Amino acid sequence: MATTRGSAKKRRADGPGDTNPDGVPVLERRDTEKLVGYYRQMVIIRLFEEASQRAFRQGKVGGYLHVYIGQEAVATGFLDAHRPGDKVITAYRDHAHALLLGSTPREVMAELFGKATGLVKGKGGSMHLFDVKNDMMGGYGIVGGHIPLGVGMAYALRYQGTDNIVQLYLGDGAINNGAFHEAANLAGLWGRDGMNPCLFIVENNQYGMGTSVERATAMTDLARKFDSYGIEHEKVDGMDLEAVMECAHRVAARVRETGKPYAVEAITYRIAPHGAADFLERYRTKEEVRKWRERDPIGLLERKLIDYGVEEERLEAIRAEAKEVVDDAVRFADESPEPPLEELYTDVYAEESVDASREASAARR
Amino acid sequence: MPVTTYREALRSAMAEEMERDESVVLIGEDIGVYGGTHLVTDGLLERFGPKRVIDTPISEGGFTGAAIGMAMMGMRPIVEMMTWNFSFQAADQIIQNAAKIHYFSGGQASVPLVIRGPNGGGVQLSAQHTHSLEGFYGHFPGLKVVSPVTPHDAKGMMIAAIRDPNPVIFLEAGALYGTKGEVPEGEYTVPFGQARIAREGTDVTLIAYGRQVNLLLRVAERLANEEKIEAEVIDLRSIRPFDEKTIVESVKKTNRAVVVQEQWRWFSVASEVAAILQEQAFDYLDAPVERVSGAEVPAPYARNLEQAAFPSEQQVIEAVRRVTYRARGA
Repeated sequence: MATTRGSAKKRRADGPGDTNPDGVPVLERRDTEKLVGYYRQMVIIRLFEEASQRAFRQGKVGGYLHVYIGQEAVATGFLDAHRPGDKVITAYRDHAHALLLGSTPREVMAELFGKATGLVKGKGGSMHLFDVKNDMMGGYGIVGGHIPLGVGMAYALRYQGTDNIVQLYLGDGAINNGAFHEAANLAGLWGRDGMNPCLFIVENNQYGMGTSVERATAMTDLARKFDSYGIEHEKVDGMDLEAVMECAHRVAARVRETGKPYAVEAITYRIAPHGAADFLERYRTKEEVRKWRERDPIGLLERKLIDYGVEEERLEAIRAEAKEVVDDAVRFADESPEPPLEELYTDVYAEESVDASREASAARR
Repeated sequence: MPVTTYREALRSAMAEEMERDESVVLIGEDIGVYGGTHLVTDGLLERFGPKRVIDTPISEGGFTGAAIGMAMMGMRPIVEMMTWNFSFQAADQIIQNAAKIHYFSGGQASVPLVIRGPNGGGVQLSAQHTHSLEGFYGHFPGLKVVSPVTPHDAKGMMIAAIRDPNPVIFLEAGALYGTKGEVPEGEYTVPFGQARIAREGTDVTLIAYGRQVNLLLRVAERLANEEKIEAEVIDLRSIRPFDEKTIVESVKKTNRAVVVQEQWRWFSVASEVAAILQEQAFDYLDAPVERVSGAEVPAPYARNLEQAAFPSEQQVIEAVRRVTYRARGA
């Protein structure tokens, strides 16, 4: 919806993490209205994901479908520190990142439905959301495979003389893949010369598909993996939007200033099954899911907002409006035409090079 | 016209493009301080500095992927694979990312990338260091695959590759870095998808690419001198895109074809050429298309075994005799 795009555009670079003239961190002056805006975004993401799961069960969405339910605070909080021209790259659990950067629910849902009006014209589906004009450099389907790309983009941003950074999202599952280690090593090396403003955001949702972190690696402190590559790191509570926002602004500013990579392990939980076809969930207990649900990032934020004096009726109205936004997106996707068959053979080869740095700046003009 | 080596032709193409376009950078193992394992990039670090001539650790997947990310941002990286044998380490990046990003981004992103390095065998490097990967990389839509054999084409195709907005697999004839040929000074491009008639002839069409073209030229001289057979030799130069027209036109004239390649025969370029000829020149063929390929074994080490594993002049001559129905002694 245009409203989502509007709020993404309005997002300002200054915010928590900057300081006022007295040197007091701005975050101490809580911006409740901003949080209410993000509450709305997170509810839209949640309802969008639930709607996409329904559409999958109805056979309207094909392929694989990986939803972000439970992890909303991570991308919402980190992208609060996004500045125009910063690049974002992630794996296949990518709907939220696109929506937060300004892709409309309509065009994202239409992509899931495989329609001509989809974000990438029905050619990529759920796992390959690109919105280059809004700095979304793609969702990628091979675990670990996108990590070297993000490191290369960070090199390019410095080579081209900008002060932009890359937000590189990866899951806990990707950290055991060779591509991660090769890329992190390059990032550390290039960062010594200030040539790698890459912010690694490890979304530790506890499971790589059905294999828990404990079953996947002997050294389970994922942030510390970055020590091997000379990359400093920290952890953040990925269920608490405010904690993520504080961390995001602080570390993004540091990466921007130094040109060195930095890593944050966001502790979060995939409340939804791995994919839409994962309905048995033999690998975890209902009790475990129930416990994590108590810290559902949306519920957590809701309780905080009420503490901060926001009225329940207002949140109720936001939820109702968010439902309309998502219903509209589903209707739009459903009614949109399929891609014309001529599209089968387009975009195999580029006629001329697409320059992502110029695309994004042209869109801002 | 000045005469330079294949190696120098490649180097001057890259250096001239780097002078012309700041977005062109080199990245790979030991290309800078060391000067390049095959000295192709020798001297370029001193000329362009470490931000543009980037020495990497031994991690093909990592630096190839990073180069793809740079390319998506509007840079034009040239990746050196020390040899193409190491590209399997980067195959996920090349095939799953470079070849497909333009498509699955709906045309929003592109990957103007060159990956270059020596391909093929012939110097006793044995199984893990001997591959001819034209068929392998030629299989994937989204990649362009070229294999120049002359210093002239090496330079002109390298400039074309750097300026191409797509990922280009640039397979150099590793055994030929020191060979010399006429190379114009300054910029020129040899467009992809255009085969070259390396020798004109009327009796049989011999088709190859890479260093097998030189073998065919030697065979053609022998056939002319010893058997009064005038062979036309076609250098494909480009595997994808592929110039079907030139081979079909030639066979319409000669009615016979022998395709020669160092790579294994199964699912190979020669198989594709044979299929194209039977589809498009069926009525003109006076004999089945012959394929002369590498032996279906991992490359052996011993000199005599290695030589036996690759196409020889004798094998090609025998194939020509079969398609011209001149069995020995007939």
